[in-house]
Amino acid sequence: MAQPFRLSRGGRIDRTRPVRFTFNGRTVEGVHGDSVASALLANGIHLVGRSFKYHRPRGILSHGSDEPSALLSVDRGPGRIDPNNRASVVEARDGLKTLSQNHWPSLEHDIGAINDLLSPVFVAGFYYKTFMWPKKFWDRVYEPVIRAAAGLGKAPAAPDPDRYANRHAHCEVLVVGAGPAGLAAALAAARTGKRVILADEGPEPGGALLHETSAEIDGRPAAEWLDGALAELDSRENVILLPRTTAFGYYNHNHVALAERITDHLPNPGTAPRERLWQVRAGEVVLATGSHERPLVFSDNDRPGILLAESVRVFLNRYGVAPGRRIVFATSGASAYTAALDAKGAGLAVSLVDLRAEDECGPELVELRAAGIEVLTGHTVIGAKGGKRVTGLVVAPADRAGRCGAHRLLPCDCVGMSGGWTPAVHLFSQSRGKLGYEATIDAFVPGTSAQAERSAGAAKGTYDLAACLAEGDAAGAAASGSAERRRFTASPTLTGFRPVRAMPTDADPAKVRAFVDFQNDVTAKDIGLAVREGFRSIEHVKRYTTTGMATDQGKTSNMNALGIVAGKLDTTLPSVGTTTFRPPYTPVTFGTLVGPARHALFDPIRTTPIHDWAESHGATFENVALWRRAWYFPKAGETLHDAVARECKAVREGVGIFDASTLGKIEVVGPDAAEFMNRLYINPWLKLEVGRCRYGLMLKEDGYILDDGVVARVAPDCFHVTTTTGGAARVLAHMEDYLQTEWPDLRVFLTSTTEQWAVIALQGPKARAVIAPLVGGIDLSPEAFPHMAMRSGTICGVPTRLFRVSFTGELGFEINVPSDHALAVWEAVHAAGEPYGITPYGTETMHVLRAEKGYIIVGQETDGTVTPDDVGLSGMIAKAKKDFVGKRSLVRPDVVAAGRKQLVGLVTDNPKLVLEEGAQIVDDPGQPIPMRMLGHVTSSYWSPNCGRSIAMALVADGRALQGGSLHVTTPEGFARVTVVDPVFFDPKGKRIHA
Amino acid sequence: MLLIACPHCGNRPETEFRCGGQAHIARPADPAALSDEQWAEHLFVRANPRGVHAERWCHAHGCGRWFNALRDTVSDRFLETYPAGAQPSHSTDVRA
Repeated sequence: MAQPFRLSRGGRIDRTRPVRFTFNGRTVEGVHGDSVASALLANGIHLVGRSFKYHRPRGILSHGSDEPSALLSVDRGPGRIDPNNRASVVEARDGLKTLSQNHWPSLEHDIGAINDLLSPVFVAGFYYKTFMWPKKFWDRVYEPVIRAAAGLGKAPAAPDPDRYANRHAHCEVLVVGAGPAGLAAALAAARTGKRVILADEGPEPGGALLHETSAEIDGRPAAEWLDGALAELDSRENVILLPRTTAFGYYNHNHVALAERITDHLPNPGTAPRERLWQVRAGEVVLATGSHERPLVFSDNDRPGILLAESVRVFLNRYGVAPGRRIVFATSGASAYTAALDAKGAGLAVSLVDLRAEDECGPELVELRAAGIEVLTGHTVIGAKGGKRVTGLVVAPADRAGRCGAHRLLPCDCVGMSGGWTPAVHLFSQSRGKLGYEATIDAFVPGTSAQAERSAGAAKGTYDLAACLAEGDAAGAAASGSAERRRFTASPTLTGFRPVRAMPTDADPAKVRAFVDFQNDVTAKDIGLAVREGFRSIEHVKRYTTTGMATDQGKTSNMNALGIVAGKLDTTLPSVGTTTFRPPYTPVTFGTLVGPARHALFDPIRTTPIHDWAESHGATFENVALWRRAWYFPKAGETLHDAVARECKAVREGVGIFDASTLGKIEVVGPDAAEFMNRLYINPWLKLEVGRCRYGLMLKEDGYILDDGVVARVAPDCFHVTTTTGGAARVLAHMEDYLQTEWPDLRVFLTSTTEQWAVIALQGPKARAVIAPLVGGIDLSPEAFPHMAMRSGTICGVPTRLFRVSFTGELGFEINVPSDHALAVWEAVHAAGEPYGITPYGTETMHVLRAEKGYIIVGQETDGTVTPDDVGLSGMIAKAKKDFVGKRSLVRPDVVAAGRKQLVGLVTDNPKLVLEEGAQIVDDPGQPIPMRMLGHVTSSYWSPNCGRSIAMALVADGRALQGGSLHVTTPEGFARVTVVDPVFFDPKGKRIHA
Repeated sequence: MLLIACPHCGNRPETEFRCGGQAHIARPADPAALSDEQWAEHLFVRANPRGVHAERWCHAHGCGRWFNALRDTVSDRFLETYPAGAQPSHSTDVRA
């Protein structure tokens, strides 16, 4: 076994189960239970990446999800490569390929490291100050160069082959974090019988207990207590224990999002989903999210081999790995002493440097000296030696004023540093709780809650083990409504530290490279510069220097950055405040967020019962609202233009068949149905005879057109209402709103029947002849069944509501049949039409034919600011009606004022020129810019039946301009047009009554 | 995501609902009798309080029914929901 830095015993690993993965092509052997970081360290590999901006050699700083530096690309097979994985949280397993990032040509020899020598140039705000002139360089030079240099890692190029799941869950108590506080909380809540979910981001629940080798709880070793706690939780039916699950977002009303990683750690994942998004709605939430250790800020504090002190302890105790053989701990607090004792116990050479004076230290000092460890109190760290690996630490005595004494070099191959602790208040802050500053522990801690939530343990600034357990227990009990409280005994925890922002130094400030934000390469100097340049708000300093803006969101760096800003501004931390904590707590894959909503489920479409027929007959489709509709039916070699010209001719000369099933349909039923219709539409309905239809126009209360459609009176108390395809849901909602909230006294029922009735439109002079043999129980003669009539009967033996209506200007029928029978009826009608040359047509031909007749389409000729009079339909308003929705607004001053845009037809001087829809219209193209716009083109087509282009437009006072000339913008300049009536074909409307 | 108590269905997630703006604005019985200013006021002028707001909500993807709610616009806390046409039991002057 290689692994020269693997300790011979200890750790929660299985030395009998080796795992092999590669790092930059080299095989690395670890053991079961390792993280990629611990396996690399076991093999003495510290240099694992290059930094973002200066390409400095970087190693592993931390053991947890706060790791800023050790970012690797992880390749799990084809299409399964992810950049920016933290080596400390990726579980080592057979077959993984890991790669370091941000270097060329290699990790060892990186050309980009020149940036480090140029660092005086790359100061805070470098981009803002540098890439300003000349302007033409923005797009062509600066942007491509910066883009190429920016970012860490490479995004995967292939589609993600993995499957992702999504689950909604409810529980009385959600506990986030399964360290001592979280476990105590979950146990207390679970014992009440309430439903409990306990989520922990690690592969193994336990938190700090996983590396707590010396402490005892209730007289037993901590690991034994942990086993007991997990066994109890596991045995309870009311508990869901989720390891490898990060609570990344805390939203309104205790809606918490969890990302569960299911298969990444398995060599053979099988068919299970890779990750699962849990959307948990919890009655109460207990946040036991722990705390993060702060690095010390001194020159070259980023050298590989320099770790957080507690992380050294984790690698030793949990993974059985020595991050070095000769370790110097540098600290301003007590917790690092525990790490030093454990390192000594593992047989390593250990010394400790403490910034605190002798009398500031607690019992830890005596304990360490008794263990034979050299302790230098009142010492600062001047800087680190070494390049790709730390080789020594330069220290010097420093008094409280920061004056430094004689330097001394402490040779070492590993440094464990500790600048104190920061409670992980991210989720609390996301829940909109208010933070309070607690001076005794130099930390922002949860203050006033905004939701049903409570924090416990280190997340609340409580670091003593027994206190964490008690606090967790109390939180879990309170969250589940229990008055019971347990008492815990545990070994005392060494806590307390002196807050330090940047370590005192006597070095030339210009030469000090003391990193605050390791991931974004922000130094103490950068933050100082930002303050000198006038940035006062911490949010501005953050954005200007980019401190805290990397993928780790400054978990290790924020407090140091805040402290430096406060120091430079000579103010206190609470008055500087914190930046905003936003989800996600740690990066979440897009796959988890998207879940199953991919491919056909990404944006589901609606199809009609005739869809498959259209597809098999070569239709090209377009999306209309949520529907997919047949756009046109090209024959071999036909373009859109050819096909539409043929279809348009066929309808006017013979007969066409069109799938209008997407029309919205609403059945308005009840004794007060006619009165209800009367109040909602501008038209009169009370006297509409049974069996007759009317074109209905509906306004919003502001007087603008909302929707239109043909309505048939089926019975005295029953109307068959049609709406536009896109407006169906909107119209039903509009109707329901008025019915429920304004006129609850009306006895009316509204039912959407859009999906129940399929509609086959048969249009053209031969339409009657085609359906005559198929229809039963209806007299189709023009006298018995005139235009705008509706009859109930059968077609092909199927019940039908047969409408004689037309959106083409031709003799036409709309055959409503139950959807289940639609395809059979369609095929029968199509077969019956073959002798007449029946032609299926799509939405494009439908649009052209209606435009030839000047029929408006709501949403094309109207845009939410168009009144009935604007489109020439004021004649439909029932004058005798005292009121209807929108009537009062039709006499609003700006609605009756002159200058409103009115619907007109436009014909171009050049009959072959088809204007662009949306094109602007002016009267004098010679006028100075900015020109006065008179309106715009709303519809424009080539009209095969007119043999020229036609257009409709909304033009200011357009009706008065009839016969006059206007000019319309085109890509080639202005085109002259003549204003005409918008009915281009059969202006007398004779054909429709055939 | 808000959790909203439909008076007819109970607690449901926000995505099932549609908000209809300020509540308790009755459509005038005779709009023609209103001056242009009064009509404009009815149509366009809405309260935008920092604090408790009476709102119309529709359980669009549930029972389809409109109801009213008192919501604190600062905390997003709902004080109560109640059927359309009813009056709230809380005052809208308080902060949730």
